[in-house]
Parts: sequence; structure tokens; C-alpha cells
Amino acid sequence: MSNELIDFVLVSVAMLGIGIYGLSVKRNAIRMLFAIEIIINAANLNLVAFGRFLPHSGGQTLALFSIAIAAAEVAVGLSLIIVAYRMYQNIDIADFRSLKG
Amino acid sequence: MADVVFLALSVITIGCAIAALEMRSLIYGSIALMGTLGGIAGFFLLLDSPFVAMFQLAVYVGSIAVLILFTVMLVKRELIFKKVEDKRRKFVGIALMLVFIVALGSIIMDSGIKTITTDEPAVDFRNIGADFLTYYWPALILMALILTSSVTGALILARREDENEQRTD
Repeated sequence: MSNELIDFVLVSVAMLGIGIYGLSVKRNAIRMLFAIEIIINAANLNLVAFGRFLPHSGGQTLALFSIAIAAAEVAVGLSLIIVAYRMYQNIDIADFRSLKG
Repeated sequence: MADVVFLALSVITIGCAIAALEMRSLIYGSIALMGTLGGIAGFFLLLDSPFVAMFQLAVYVGSIAVLILFTVMLVKRELIFKKVEDKRRKFVGIALMLVFIVALGSIIMDSGIKTITTDEPAVDFRNIGADFLTYYWPALILMALILTSSVTGALILARREDENEQRTD
């Protein structure tokens, strides 16, 4: 294998930084969900990379678990965004001030 | 040292991640997010784990990105193109990102993982199935229950509450 572990870990760090930038700057709820997805993918890349270089099958197994849980998280997050959009007619999170039903 | 395929994949992945956050239109942003997820699947192929790569393509690119695209299309048209952020906050965010990347990157470069390479054969994907059904079986059942409950909860949350009233009108 020509690639080293450090290359994959550095790509993962860069994606984590981009995700943190998106979470701290953006106010659009859907863009914040994009940032969360990018961070989750960086974590999955780390899991599979360390699992390949050990080598051990636990990395891939945990990455599969993580992907499945992320799918559930996105479904719930998108439906929450739709409910908030129906209540406030906006997806700017600065408008979501009250949580009254 | 990294090869050409790795460099191309990392440029595609990181560039699409930046584009997904910075594109003016949310629709193009979600298509760029698809590029990021596909790039990560390419990294999984480089890491000799084709099973996880196919799972990533099926779950992320196939369902999550399409779900996000449909949600974006449900939102009003002017909200898709409107960009709300103040300049000061943006500079603080970029500074936070750079500090984070430099700090974590220097910690990682100083640690011992810099020289790790491997010549051992890749893990057989049959081992993953064996893991799922032996050591991790309670987690597998719990994951199935979480998926079911979260999808049901999403359906209940997104249901229109005034549907019955509209029918009686």
C-alpha cells in the first residue's frame, strides 16, 4: 500500500475543521446539517483508516454502525427542520427563539 | 508518500466540502455534498474496504443526499438563495477553523503515527459479517430498533396536523 496512515488522518482533520467552520458561521439550518454530515464522514474515514492499518475488522464494523446511525439522525433532523419551517416560515436558526408547541 | 489517485480524491472531497457550505444556492450545495460523500467512498476503496464503500454509496449518496435535496425543494424559493451571515462572525469562524486545523495537525505530526505503513493483507469482508453476528449482535439489534423508531418519529413529526380539518371543510 503506497499511502500512509498520516495522509488519511490529515484529510480527516481538514474535513473536521471545515465542518466546525460551517457549524459556527452558518445560520441556515440545512447548511448546519451539511456541516454535521461532513464531520461524521471525517470520523468514519478515521475509523476505516485506523482499522486498515492495524489491521483489524473492528474499524469497518464500527464505521457501518456509524453510517446507519447517521442515516437515522438525518431523517429526524430533516423532519425537525420541516416542522420548524412550517411554524416560522423560515429556516434561519436565529428565528427559532421559542420552543412553544 | 501519497499517490496521484489519493491527491485527486482529497482535492475533490475537500473542495466539494467547501463548496457545499459556500455555494449561494442550497440545491447546488447539496449536489456538492454528494461529491464529498462520493469522495469519502473513494477513500474507503483506497483503504481496501469495498463493503463499507458500497454501503456509503447506497446509504449516503443514494438516500441521505436525495432526502436533503427533496427537503431543500420543499423550502420557499427565496430562502434557498438567501445568505444570512455577518462578516465579523465569518472571520471568527475562519480563524477558529485555522487554529483548529493547525493545532490538531501539529499534534498529529508530532505523534508516532507519522511513520506507520502496512504491508499486511486487507481484512476480509467476511470478518465483518462474523463480527456483526457474534460479538456485536446486541448492538445490531439495538441499531435496528433505533432506525425503526427514528424513522417512525420522523414520519410523526413531519405529519401535517391540520389534515383532518381540511378534509371536513
